[in-house]
Amino acid sequence: MAQMIATRDAYGEALAELGESNKDVVVLDADLSGSTKTAVFAKKFPERFFNMGIAEQDMMGTAAGLAASGKIPFASTFAIFATGRAWEQVRQSIAYPKLNVKIVATHAGITVGEDGASHQSVEDIAVMRVIPNMTVIVPADGVETRKVIREIVRYKGPVYVRLSRGKSPVIFDDSYSFEIGKGVVLKDGKDVSLIACGVMVYKALQAADVLGKEGVSARVINISSIKPIDADLIIRVARETGCVVTAEEHSIIGGLGGAVAEVLAENCPVPVKRVGIEDKFGTSGDTDLLMEVYGLTDGLTSENIAKAAREVIKRKHD
Amino acid sequence: MAETAELKEIARELRVDIVKMLNKSKSGHTGGSLSCIDILTTLYFSKMRLKCDDPKWPERDRFVLSKGHAAPALYVVLTRLGYCCTEDLMTLRQVGSKLQGHPDCKSLAGVEVSTGSLGQGLSMANGIALAMRLDKSASRVYCLLGDGECQEGQVWEAAMAASHYKLDNLCAIIDNNGLQIDGAVKDIMGIEPLREKWKAFGWNVISANGHNFESLLSAFSSAEEAKGKPTMVIAETVKGKGVSIFEGKVKYHGTPPSDEELILALKELGEVV
Repeated sequence: MAQMIATRDAYGEALAELGESNKDVVVLDADLSGSTKTAVFAKKFPERFFNMGIAEQDMMGTAAGLAASGKIPFASTFAIFATGRAWEQVRQSIAYPKLNVKIVATHAGITVGEDGASHQSVEDIAVMRVIPNMTVIVPADGVETRKVIREIVRYKGPVYVRLSRGKSPVIFDDSYSFEIGKGVVLKDGKDVSLIACGVMVYKALQAADVLGKEGVSARVINISSIKPIDADLIIRVARETGCVVTAEEHSIIGGLGGAVAEVLAENCPVPVKRVGIEDKFGTSGDTDLLMEVYGLTDGLTSENIAKAAREVIKRKHD
Repeated sequence: MAETAELKEIARELRVDIVKMLNKSKSGHTGGSLSCIDILTTLYFSKMRLKCDDPKWPERDRFVLSKGHAAPALYVVLTRLGYCCTEDLMTLRQVGSKLQGHPDCKSLAGVEVSTGSLGQGLSMANGIALAMRLDKSASRVYCLLGDGECQEGQVWEAAMAASHYKLDNLCAIIDNNGLQIDGAVKDIMGIEPLREKWKAFGWNVISANGHNFESLLSAFSSAEEAKGKPTMVIAETVKGKGVSIFEGKVKYHGTPPSDEELILALKELGEVV
């Protein structure tokens, strides 16, 4: 069994390290620093940490002002509030002037669990991706999260990073190097491409194992950089394998599946099946159980990614 | 630092520029630009420390036009200071212009942050003030809000935060002209008692006559003396001030002067037509 790390924990550690090496880094939170793990930074650098209270819109505007003055603000809260409650502030105050604000949101997707639909963001990738100037990153594990945090500081401009509440298996080792706009082939294969992001990457790898036992060779691709997206890689794997399955813990509308479908529809139309939340809200429950429940209808399990793969392979041959 | 007689003449000339540019663009906000121009004149020509040949001078004071629809007022000031040239003024709101419908800091030097969606400027001003404090800078940040803008909830989030963080390097101003696009503020969504609200949020509140330079200068000076809390200057103003056909008229919130109105306006402003 792989080591289990929550991406939010990796974020908290990476941010505190960053605070040491980069004195321009400042952090804002909206009364969730214990949950988003920005509290680790707050404890080390209290003078550079601003708790804005339960006021996400003001937090985003304040982050914009700090960035306009040369600071590198990291603004954190739950994904639903960062991207939903404060969407227009992110658009107007941060993205339009292309200010150097890093919005790192935790508790994305249905893996929030017990808190239920009000706190389960299944739309955030879509609503951030549509904003001009915005970069959108969904790390697959704790290792990639650390690399992402170090990398986005070197990039000047607004970035949205989507993290999770729960622990998830570690996929990458420390030699992995993250680059904005680049996807990574994690496993080679010739019959189908499984393109995934976030917690679904590990499930895609498991699906490839299931398919392998049936004699189906699946290629697994991690697309953590949803925007800019690695169109070259996506077109290449689609051309070489002839069919694609996308997998994300997000609505199938406008997220990774939407982004991949946009690239392929214009450049290399092959059979595609999008695995994700099928246009509905989440619900309360134990995280693992929820993934199973949503797996039955929406396919958020390795078994259902494999099933989707069989379907697109069949369509390819029809 | 200009004397008040000089400020008065500068403001008159800036009003002339505002009505001319709005007539040319055939689109834009006349009333609110004219109601706040004396405030901007006082700040830019007598109060703020700036280096016009170095728009990003780190020690400069900052101005945030939270009521971004008064962009023409900011543009005529920045033009007079040399941040853009006079010819640019007549390109307001046109394709490719530096002078966007609402202020865009990417298009025009001297515009500190992009505004236009009401309610967002004070939060940004707070962020600037926090950064100044981290940098141990003696600079100050000014933020101009509309009275109608105080209907936005984010204004009160920012009001709370500025007071919580004791931002005494911040001075906000309300252009209290009493009108908004749909009618009188008191009829659309009353904001009174305004003074008491800001006081209750922990601010140092000063009343001023928004068309009297002595009153404005004295308010800004006393704001500098206030320690441990941000200052709000509630500036009493008249919408469309300076041109009687526009004064106090809701219609001119978002209507530019017609050719006939321009002639009347220029005459009243003492320009030879």
